[in-house]
Amino acid sequence: MKELTVISGKGGTGKTSILGAFATLAENSVVCDCDVDAANLHILLKPNIKETHPFYGEKKAEILPHLCTQCGLCEDLCRFQAIKEYKINPYACEGCALCQHVCPVGAVVLHDHLSGHWYVSDTQWGPMVHAKLGIAQGNSGLLVNVVRKKAREVARDKRIPLILSDGPPGIGCPVISSLAGTDMALIVSEPTASGIHDLERIAKVAGTFGCKTAVCINKYDLDEANCRHIEDLAGQLGVPILGKIPFDPIVTEAVLRGIPVTLLGNGEAQSSVRNLWEQVVNMLGV
Amino acid sequence: MRIAISASGETLEDSLNPRLGRCEYFVLYNDDTGETLAIENTGRFSVGAAGIATVGLLNDHGVDVLITGNVGPNAFTALQAAGIQVYTGASGKVRDVLQDYKDGKLNEAKGPNVGPHGR
Amino acid sequence: MIISVASGKGGTGKTLVATSLALSLLDEQKQVQLLDCDVEEPNAHIFFNSQPVYEEVVTLPVPQVEYARCQYCGKCSEVCQFRAIALLKRTLVIFPDVCHSCGGCWHLCPAGALEPVAREVGNVRISRAGSLEIVSGSLKLGTHISPPVVKAVRQKENRENIVIIDGPPGSSCPVMAAVAGTDFCILVTEPTPFGLNDLSLAVEMLQVLGVPCGVVINRDVPGNDIIDRFCQEKGLQILLRIPFQTKIARAYARGIPLVKSDPLWREKFRDLYHRVAREVQQ
Repeated sequence: MKELTVISGKGGTGKTSILGAFATLAENSVVCDCDVDAANLHILLKPNIKETHPFYGEKKAEILPHLCTQCGLCEDLCRFQAIKEYKINPYACEGCALCQHVCPVGAVVLHDHLSGHWYVSDTQWGPMVHAKLGIAQGNSGLLVNVVRKKAREVARDKRIPLILSDGPPGIGCPVISSLAGTDMALIVSEPTASGIHDLERIAKVAGTFGCKTAVCINKYDLDEANCRHIEDLAGQLGVPILGKIPFDPIVTEAVLRGIPVTLLGNGEAQSSVRNLWEQVVNMLGV
Repeated sequence: MRIAISASGETLEDSLNPRLGRCEYFVLYNDDTGETLAIENTGRFSVGAAGIATVGLLNDHGVDVLITGNVGPNAFTALQAAGIQVYTGASGKVRDVLQDYKDGKLNEAKGPNVGPHGR
Repeated sequence: MIISVASGKGGTGKTLVATSLALSLLDEQKQVQLLDCDVEEPNAHIFFNSQPVYEEVVTLPVPQVEYARCQYCGKCSEVCQFRAIALLKRTLVIFPDVCHSCGGCWHLCPAGALEPVAREVGNVRISRAGSLEIVSGSLKLGTHISPPVVKAVRQKENRENIVIIDGPPGSSCPVMAAVAGTDFCILVTEPTPFGLNDLSLAVEMLQVLGVPCGVVINRDVPGNDIIDRFCQEKGLQILLRIPFQTKIARAYARGIPLVKSDPLWREKFRDLYHRVAREVQQ
């Protein structure tokens, strides 16, 4: 079983559009949306939800008012400023339990906290595992682990050889959880000043995971000079460029209509996505 | 000596699971008595830092030698502190891995062989 | 006044709006601070030819053991919810990269054998471009908890100035750290189902935080009312529309702020500011 993870560092470079197109091109794959903070892949692939599971990602403290003597010790010691007027702010609480340990009268309890849900679904192109983290909830990294683990189980049970994972933007906790143990990271870059800046950071992060790493340049003809700059940078970083996709209105139209671009005929953008997919399959060895 | 092998099942016929922190079981083999025993890896349910939790479990069971696939930096540090010898890069059935160990075919790890989070 | 710029989705144009808004205000003889709180991918500085004036390291406290005092009781590893400290035989092992710096271990150690020491998690840089002050935070590679760096950047905000915060994408902890307590949040979106989905998440997040907000539609296409309908339903103001034009995309690609590539936008961004200021005063 092989896993491909699409990442970008900078947001909005086209990860989800490209992964959605890949899902239609792969003949047999499990699709996994690791962008649990702002999931979008479901808009393109329109999953039919089969299973819904709760996600308890953290513990949160609660002060029992009938026991609290209002001594204020917990509030003084909490490093997350999560306690005000003898009440816990669940958005700030990290569940460290210091308050519980220091409370002289045992008025603090710790609860498992419902942080979101995850789903196992069917799509026209195969099974999909995805999630929704609740508003303003933490520990997205753990939810990513849960979703990826389920995707591997589904792939094993159904004897599907490939998992396609849509990663989150950035380089933080959920990105690290998305990359751990994957076989290949495909970085979707774009020829903008910001895109170039972020490519170096994300490529270094991917490099620490020892997985195969490659780059594709989306909207490559937006700026030819920046595009060459990305090619040079990728060369210096020792990361191959597997494909270039033009700045084509059809890609925007596909997003507007909420469908994978591969369903809108076979123009220049689609054929470049197909070529990219062939290169990815080659490198991944499936 | 107590030898632990990270495994996906409870018997010598199950295969080695290379992911130390997330493996389902450890098959423990006592080379003085020849007895085997399986323990569940409760460390794998850990919210984060499963490798550290797992090494704590092995330490509590008095393990002297660990045979597994991958060991990350934090787990390696913990294994060293616990004085547990570690052999990485092994694969196959637990029974065969154990035989390879007895035959001196496995190499002792001098450092972590994967990055943080198992890669 | 503190104005944050956020968007649920990445790549919708937050940095474009934040940089152009900051530049448009400079002519009004105002003191403007631009805070780049997208510490995982700080980008705002690319758009200015700025001179560095200050740099500081952001640290978090992590425990260090003094073995002469340690009684090997294991209390510290028992209280740590994050498994950042483990007692293995006669060694106390500390794992700074999983530590949340809660202080539980050093407060609760019965022997006083643990004390906090500083661990670097990122840095804050201040630079100047004319009268504009740019404060950027950068998360150290390999560190994955960004809110402390976001908070360190925000410590530099001066309420006497007009402070513009360029936030990270998403609607989770780093964004909350960037927008909490600001006077107003400008949400930048694009008129696609992706943009709408992420905008609705961001609006919900702001309701939780009690921060008032309005919407800027980037890459607007005439006749596409997907965002308009949502804003009408939620009672949100549309503050500005930036059309979908290849020339805007190209200038941005080269790192040229919109108000510089096309001075007509200067007036529109000033209007944006005044609309926001009116909202805040109400």
